[in-house]
Amino acid sequence: MTDVLTPVLTAGWGDDRAWTLEAYERRGGYQALRAGLAMSPADLTALVKDAGLRGRGGAGFPTGMKWSFIPQDNPKPKYLVVNADESEPGTCKDIPLMMASPHTLVEGVVLAAHAIRAERAFIYVRGEVLHVVRRLRAAVREAYEAGYLGTDVLGTGVNVDLVVHAGAGAYICGEETALLDSLEGRRGQPRLRPPFPAVEGLYASPTVINNVESIASVPAIVRGGVEWFGSMGTEKSKGFTLYSLSGHVRRPGQYEAPLGVTLRQLLELGGGMREGAELKFWTPGGSSTPLLTAEHLDVPLDYEGVSAVGSMLGTKALQVFDQTTSVVRCVLRWTEFYKHESCGKCTPCREGTWWLVQALQRLDAGQGRPGDVELLLDLCDNILGRSFCALGDGATSPITSAIKHFRDEFDAGMHTPSRELFPPERSTAWARPLEGSPA
Amino acid sequence: MTTSHLPGDPGRPLAEPVDAPPTDAPPLPETTLAELRELAGRYPQPRSALLPMLHLVQSVQGCVTSEGIGACADLLGLSAAEVSGVATFYTMYKRRPMGTHHVGVCTNTLCAVMGGDEIFQRLCAHLDVGNDETSADGAISLEHIECNAACDYAPVMTVNWELFDGQTPDSAIEVVDRLRRGEPVQATRGATITSWREAERVLAGFEDGLVDEGPAAGEATLAGLRIAAERGWQAPPFPDADRTPTAEPVEAPSTGSGTGTETDPRGAAAQADTARAQSETEVAESPADVEGGGSDD
Repeated sequence: MTDVLTPVLTAGWGDDRAWTLEAYERRGGYQALRAGLAMSPADLTALVKDAGLRGRGGAGFPTGMKWSFIPQDNPKPKYLVVNADESEPGTCKDIPLMMASPHTLVEGVVLAAHAIRAERAFIYVRGEVLHVVRRLRAAVREAYEAGYLGTDVLGTGVNVDLVVHAGAGAYICGEETALLDSLEGRRGQPRLRPPFPAVEGLYASPTVINNVESIASVPAIVRGGVEWFGSMGTEKSKGFTLYSLSGHVRRPGQYEAPLGVTLRQLLELGGGMREGAELKFWTPGGSSTPLLTAEHLDVPLDYEGVSAVGSMLGTKALQVFDQTTSVVRCVLRWTEFYKHESCGKCTPCREGTWWLVQALQRLDAGQGRPGDVELLLDLCDNILGRSFCALGDGATSPITSAIKHFRDEFDAGMHTPSRELFPPERSTAWARPLEGSPA
Repeated sequence: MTTSHLPGDPGRPLAEPVDAPPTDAPPLPETTLAELRELAGRYPQPRSALLPMLHLVQSVQGCVTSEGIGACADLLGLSAAEVSGVATFYTMYKRRPMGTHHVGVCTNTLCAVMGGDEIFQRLCAHLDVGNDETSADGAISLEHIECNAACDYAPVMTVNWELFDGQTPDSAIEVVDRLRRGEPVQATRGATITSWREAERVLAGFEDGLVDEGPAAGEATLAGLRIAAERGWQAPPFPDADRTPTAEPVEAPSTGSGTGTETDPRGAAAQADTARAQSETEVAESPADVEGGGSDD
């Protein structure tokens, strides 16, 4: 039995000047690199596979298996690309990781590059986080100077070059094939699969794309081993992970725990809901994961547990909303986001999100027409599974789940604006507790 | 990205025409052209440098100019139309001259609910601008932005893409007023504010020496770590633990600031020690679902 919180990635974040190489090495940083580079690429891949690390960016695909898909008989260069385009609404784990401890990611990059025999790696970081870009660039510079990057790393004959690449503002570039197009200097639009990136990725060469947290978990796995990693988490969802608590809670923030912790446990640690508040709805892993309610407080937050109740673990972005919040207003705003970020490549998403916004705006304004809720469900039915990539699918999640749990609020949108039912000023961070609300 | 492909959207203007003439943009000097070539040389294929190159163009000329598009196209062997197609896709590229500072207010759902909508409205009124417009004195360009990955600090604002956490309407107005007066302003998790153009240069790929300013982490970032320290919770020790510094007991962390002077009384807030007994969770047996998920892996 492990403790409720298990700081591994976060362990050094409170250290003085934690972002520097000196601070990272003081905690044993880059020890795993020596051990990992002494292993063969196949053994290193097998270690991560056996450990059971699954992608921390949303889809949960086994990381080691992804690495093993790289065809090593392909004569083209292999590439490693880190997806640091953290943009899923509610998701806020990779940015603080790279801000506080960029070397954890750099060490993971060198290990992963070795495992897939890549000599070039890229960190594609969203552009809207200037200080994180600074910290990453400085960490890469320090790692080159220390011989952890570049030619003949630590005298092992392994070569790894790493470029920090800042994006320019496009949620869709978090989709891995759109990210590759963007990294090739094009509009960020997703690619048809197959071929999968493992076979034809960056520059049509074998490419692994992994989330920041996935790669940053690799040094600890190399150091701790399969049994150590598996001593945390559940049978099919192994290890530690970052849960990001936000919204109407007393202590929002990053909570690093074994997979399988529950929202009830995390809310208790976070001091509970804010004064006078009760939980109304929440996302388990960003806005693209169907909403859950108070009845799901004890669902294990692992890949299996959350999908068993019809949602997805996603990015573990736990956005918590209390009873002052209009679900119609929230769903409208998320849908406006998907409409804005739709890349325009496929019709169901490009046109569908536009029509979704029209109907939701009417309902939010209390001017809904009879049949608008059915229209929304019908539109979602025509987008889900018919769009080119997961953005369209994700756009339907908040709508269908909100109608399932809060149909009455949508029906009220036929006659009453959401701002009258749920005055927005009561939801703000500076709102006073409601009179007569539960203590 | 732009929404120019979406018809009839009353809320947002269509994108500027790609040949909109920039005003007062200085010509690109030879040093900039040399830096553009340097960026192209960092990648196995030069076109990969196009996004950084456009960031650099903005940093010199204040927006993506037709001249800048032409320069990138010439260097990469592309047509101006191909470069324009990229420049108009991404929201961070501006086709009109920007103010000295770019102020972004997150109005995605969580920040909006927590007060981002009110902050944005108050700033619009205070600066007498609408979305994506620049104040009359040229100091501030205001834009409502999407989720900026700081939700545990909601509501969040950015200045030149530096994070200003936990804002209120009053604090946001104070920040922009200080910027307009030319007073020094430091981000809550970041460096002293320079200018939008200087920020764009860093994004393009050139360090500015400010990396060591600001903390490693804010209070919310350390919330779980502090509770773990209070309760003596740790990850299982590494097998090599007795030979490494990480085997030392976890001490209550500082905020990790460059100066190491900050502490937060909230960090010591005692919580009822009820959670430990529930630390074992039952594993729901269900088929592994590795499909779908959010749009970033």
